[in-house]
Amino acid sequence: MIQVFAFYLFATLVVAAGGLCILSRNPVHSVLWLIFAFFNAAGLMLLCGAEFIAMLLIIVYVGAVSVLFLFVVMMLDIDFAEMRAGFVKYLPAGLLLVVALGAEILIAGSAWRAGGLALSQRTAPTPEEVPNIEALGTLLYTRYLFIFEGAGLVLLVAMIGAIVLTHRIRGGVRQQNIMRQNMRRPQDAIRNVDQPVGQGVEL
Amino acid sequence: MIAWFQSVLGTGLGWFVANLILILLIALPLMLAVAMVIYADRKIWAAMALRRGPNVVGPFGLLQSFADGLKVFLKETIVPASSNKGLFLIAPILTFTVALIAWAVIPFGPDMALADINVGLLYILAASSLGVYGVIIAGWSSNSKYPFYSALRAAAQMVSYEVSIGFVLISVVLWAGTFNMGAIVDQQRGHILGIINAFGFNPLLFPMAVVFLISAMAETARAPFDLTEAESEIVAGYQTEYSSMSFALFWLGEYGNVLLMCALNATLFWGGWLPPLDWAPLYYVPGIIWLFAKILFFFFVFSWVKATVPRYRYDQLMRLGWKVFLPLSLFWVFLVSGYLMLTRYS
Repeated sequence: MIQVFAFYLFATLVVAAGGLCILSRNPVHSVLWLIFAFFNAAGLMLLCGAEFIAMLLIIVYVGAVSVLFLFVVMMLDIDFAEMRAGFVKYLPAGLLLVVALGAEILIAGSAWRAGGLALSQRTAPTPEEVPNIEALGTLLYTRYLFIFEGAGLVLLVAMIGAIVLTHRIRGGVRQQNIMRQNMRRPQDAIRNVDQPVGQGVEL
Repeated sequence: MIAWFQSVLGTGLGWFVANLILILLIALPLMLAVAMVIYADRKIWAAMALRRGPNVVGPFGLLQSFADGLKVFLKETIVPASSNKGLFLIAPILTFTVALIAWAVIPFGPDMALADINVGLLYILAASSLGVYGVIIAGWSSNSKYPFYSALRAAAQMVSYEVSIGFVLISVVLWAGTFNMGAIVDQQRGHILGIINAFGFNPLLFPMAVVFLISAMAETARAPFDLTEAESEIVAGYQTEYSSMSFALFWLGEYGNVLLMCALNATLFWGGWLPPLDWAPLYYVPGIIWLFAKILFFFFVFSWVKATVPRYRYDQLMRLGWKVFLPLSLFWVFLVSGYLMLTRYS
């Protein structure tokens, strides 16, 4: 009973938050609704028994990606009039997306109705006594090792690419050398001068 | 306790009522602890500055925090006219709530965690990564420049230090072989020479314990990393526009987070509820006392650092996070996993 209640609660909130994400006028509100949707999606995954994925969703998407997203969106100075101007221009593409997504939902729904999926096994893909993380780790590091490492490689390349694209070498910048700053001692920087009257200091 | 309630009230309702009581049993003493710890913080800080600290309200000033609490409670909540009102009021509530939820998985004794879940450590990481939202939302919704600067600083700072905290936790998890907090504590029993109950004295994990302690200070935005409320630069940071209880909630949340980080230090590296030595007479003292003693010790370290170390500059903070802790902790994960591969799994 409580599971059904929790499922409908989370599911309703995901859909509502997703809708509000695209409907709100303020982009920061949109991002916050998106975060709320992530959060409820994590709740749904917990109900499926995928606690590892749920925690990862919160740590990665809510804790890191969305923070950076919010960081950028907060600083944007958005002209709302200009944003609304493109409505007619993007209407065909938007309608196409709506049709495609609607068709996908329809296909998925009819496939589910046709049966053939063992519904009882979907909620518990691993034996109860094996923790989620161990089950996932065993699969990732044995059967899917090369695909997993390939994904890691793609991410590494993407990361290096992002750094290369944004890294600029500018001339005339006085950079700090932390090592040199820490090595500097008072004796190197200060000189006591016995200054005679009427003469300048020799530097 | 849960079994008793279930026998009286039935399975579902009994479980619900028992958990509600357990939650209150954690949250209410925590609130009291936060009040006393704020007093302790001020006393320690005063002692290090050769002052007396709070000494007027109650014996030795013990009731000072409650007087402060009453004061802010009776004040008017001022919502700035140009602020984003809904978010402005949600932000302190969020900070406070998030500071409380992570306590659900901390083991206070053998089998004495509210939620003894498999992914306990990940849950804590998730809860602590949510903590930044209160600050960001507060800074943005205040619609004022200093809070906004503070929000940007907080976002960058917490994301940076979460990376090294993640690697530190991974090396602990590798050694313990589990994400369950209770099991991590159990793994530390007699870890060193079969007599000392702590991961921290392990030469391979001690540097990680130090990195974790410093990263915890940065993650909770405590001095010397309190750039988000640096009063000499940005007034009071994200708290600038807040008054009365909304301000107090930030305060409570902040100290709740500090206590949580102290508890994590104690649990992950210094044996949690286990006594320091694996020696039978020490087990007569309840585990919760040992845990509290360790938490208080680390809180003293936090106050000590706050009283003695000057505030970092922002570029120094970022350098420490990305150029020192990240490579160090990443290398240490390799080292720990390599060592375990050679000794335990070969």
